[in-house]
Amino acid sequence: MTVLVVADHDGAHLRDTTQKTVTAALALSSDVDVLVYGEGVQSVADAAAGIAGVRKVLLSQSADLKQDIAEDVAALVSGLAANYDAIAIPASSAGKNFAPRVAALLDVSLLSDVIEVVDANTFVRPIYAGNALETVQTSEAKKVMTVRTTAFKAAGDGGSAAIETVAAPASKAGTRFISEEKVVSDRPELGAAKIVVSGGRALGSAEEFKAVLDPLADKLGAAVGASRAAVDAGYAPNDYQVGQTGKVVAPQVYIAIGISGAIQHLAGMKDSKVIVAINKDPEAPIFSVADYGLVADYKTAVPELLKALG
Amino acid sequence: MKILVPVKRVLDYNVKVRVKADQSGVDLANVKMSMNPFDEIAVEEATRLKEKGIATEIVAVSIGPAQAKDTIITALTIGADRGILIQTDQDVEPLAVAKLLKAVAEAEKPDLIIMGKQAIDGDNNATGQMLSTLLNWPQATFASKVVIENGEAQVTREVDGGLQTLGVTLPAVITTDLRLNEPRYASLPNIMKAKKKPLEIKTVADYGIDVTPRLKVVKVTEPPKRSAGKKVADAAELVANLKSAGVL
Repeated sequence: MTVLVVADHDGAHLRDTTQKTVTAALALSSDVDVLVYGEGVQSVADAAAGIAGVRKVLLSQSADLKQDIAEDVAALVSGLAANYDAIAIPASSAGKNFAPRVAALLDVSLLSDVIEVVDANTFVRPIYAGNALETVQTSEAKKVMTVRTTAFKAAGDGGSAAIETVAAPASKAGTRFISEEKVVSDRPELGAAKIVVSGGRALGSAEEFKAVLDPLADKLGAAVGASRAAVDAGYAPNDYQVGQTGKVVAPQVYIAIGISGAIQHLAGMKDSKVIVAINKDPEAPIFSVADYGLVADYKTAVPELLKALG
Repeated sequence: MKILVPVKRVLDYNVKVRVKADQSGVDLANVKMSMNPFDEIAVEEATRLKEKGIATEIVAVSIGPAQAKDTIITALTIGADRGILIQTDQDVEPLAVAKLLKAVAEAEKPDLIIMGKQAIDGDNNATGQMLSTLLNWPQATFASKVVIENGEAQVTREVDGGLQTLGVTLPAVITTDLRLNEPRYASLPNIMKAKKKPLEIKTVADYGIDVTPRLKVVKVTEPPKRSAGKKVADAAELVANLKSAGVL
């Protein structure tokens, strides 16, 4: 069995979600190749070649692939599928965008958000916002899956795979790139951060959200997250949202401040190693999943926390 | 312009999920079911396009049991003009749903399909992309803003790290993200009107599509429970605990 992993990167650096997807792929087979697509991404391919356990890196570059247009990426990946028994794609927003297209082009079902590889045909995936786990067995000859990367450890370094160039398919008409707007942040990426400090609606305003969370995040070297309520109220950018409809994180420490703990939020963070809740409502559902709970108003608790951290 | 809006009947998002003791699935007997929240946003967006004079007709389609008729009526209440129910008691996987919707699209010839980015039961986030692929139409997923002009939909998409705007030539498939709009509440006159709107009942056999599941559900289990935590008295005790747990 051979597996193709599609790399996740930001145009300059490989994201650790790629190493985590390689781990999931290695649970299926020892013959794992990695595809790197984009433009000007030779250094990303070099990094992928250094992942332990990778057999070969395929590098495909074009201006269209740089824009992450699903039609183009799916054409590239499905074109390579003949050589593989399985295709593993990190469940990032880009991966979720093109993976179902790859499956449809190959006329196979998609295994989405895989959290465990039981055997070559059996996989575990969360359903109902993570409130149930479904073990499914596939009869498809070719498997296309997206991988929930927070469920796997990153593969190590020390590999020395060869890099092979593959041609980019001609772009499909019908979709044109107009613009993009990236949220600029000096903090670690939410999905990869070891510590996440998250705020909820209780913070009351965008100014308060920043004033309370930024110093704490800076002190801890943490990423900042938010509940859907805080995002909907305009206190934090969309990109900060943790939950079923936002990002799924599993840091070492997740600090929830003024977050009640709705089902949809818990779906995005309940696999964190240690959960801390600071909330003045002792009945808030967040306390049912928190390892350490502090029943207090954030207005007094956060400054005290900063002080205690020294 | 005609818009097709696929809608799904799912367990209401406020209901606490119970896994059946025999691990055969989730208990859906006697629980509140509703329209998938992302689909409500899709119907609302189509309705707004109609109110702006861009859309002329909205067709809501659902695949599911007889009760999915209620889900279509909800769509008719928001603003859809007519409904199609493809009735089946089988659990239809995203690929088969996409094939059925393709057949509906070929018969109805819509200029645009707007649908939810994912259903909150299966959490697959796949049907829209699969439908777009099968129809060979462009796709714009996770939409937070849609502007239609000159035969193109300009769609702002929510992606990791920010926003991306794409232009897709119509016909196209758009999937909705939460922030696209806030669906309206149904008014009593609209509820009364919805009951008089046409609703056609079809079967899977009418479309000649094989919907046999490709994935076998071996078991459905509860996720591991987190062990009970403890309440700390103050910030100093919290930091001390985090330090002794070795995470700070």
